[in-house]
Amino acid sequence: MTHADPDNEATYKVVSVPGDLHSGRAAADTVVDEVEQARFGVDAVFAIKLALEEAITNAIRHGNGGDRSKQVTIRYAVSPERCAIIVRDQGQGFNPDAVPDCTNAERLSLPYGRGIMLMRTYMDEVTYREAGTEIYMMRRNN
Amino acid sequence: MSDETPRLTVTEQSGVSVARFDDRKILEELAIREIEEELSRLVDSKDAINLLLDFQNVEHLSSAALGMLIKLNEQVANSSGRLKLSDIRPQIYQVFKITRLNKLFDIHSSAAEALGAF
Repeated sequence: MTHADPDNEATYKVVSVPGDLHSGRAAADTVVDEVEQARFGVDAVFAIKLALEEAITNAIRHGNGGDRSKQVTIRYAVSPERCAIIVRDQGQGFNPDAVPDCTNAERLSLPYGRGIMLMRTYMDEVTYREAGTEIYMMRRNN
Repeated sequence: MSDETPRLTVTEQSGVSVARFDDRKILEELAIREIEEELSRLVDSKDAINLLLDFQNVEHLSSAALGMLIKLNEQVANSSGRLKLSDIRPQIYQVFKITRLNKLFDIHSSAAEALGAF
């Protein structure tokens, strides 16, 4: 049996979910369960849980525009040292560099716009690909 | 179909409404919406509410939950009330710090400390 290897995306496990938040939550739990079984540290588990929640919610609400007929695909691999996750939506894409800084004073009281910043802070690597329809995230076990 | 079970335990202590979250994870949109509705009704039920949110049970939350808290903060302020947060675990407090929301909210280490500060 080929184990999923964070260095080889061809080996990643795949979970495709319809575009509703409940299904997204179930998919996230699948990934987090495997991370916990791999005995990741509490800080790493917290980080992965948070980042994955943000990525899936963004894919469903913003990427797919809340369209339940569109899929969100989660690919992932967990090793004892690292967890790599790719979340892809079926939307038009966006420019993540154009998202305003949510920590600016004038934006602090806005109730949205923090997801990307949280992912970039809590994961060791975050890369947007495919015109913003796909996000690659990696977190080390520490 | 929404769950009718309350997501908060609310008590009155020294003129302060203390709302303790019963969920360990404030992640799901539906749960956040229900919490938001419960808290909004609570704020509307009192003039100039003194409201303390007790986070002792909360182990995870999402940016959507932060958004809910921001809207609650505005609702309380608009009704001339006061809002404090307490018993936030270090990992959760770090989220507030990273997003600089520790500057927006009045956060105390314990409910006892928060109650004394109203």
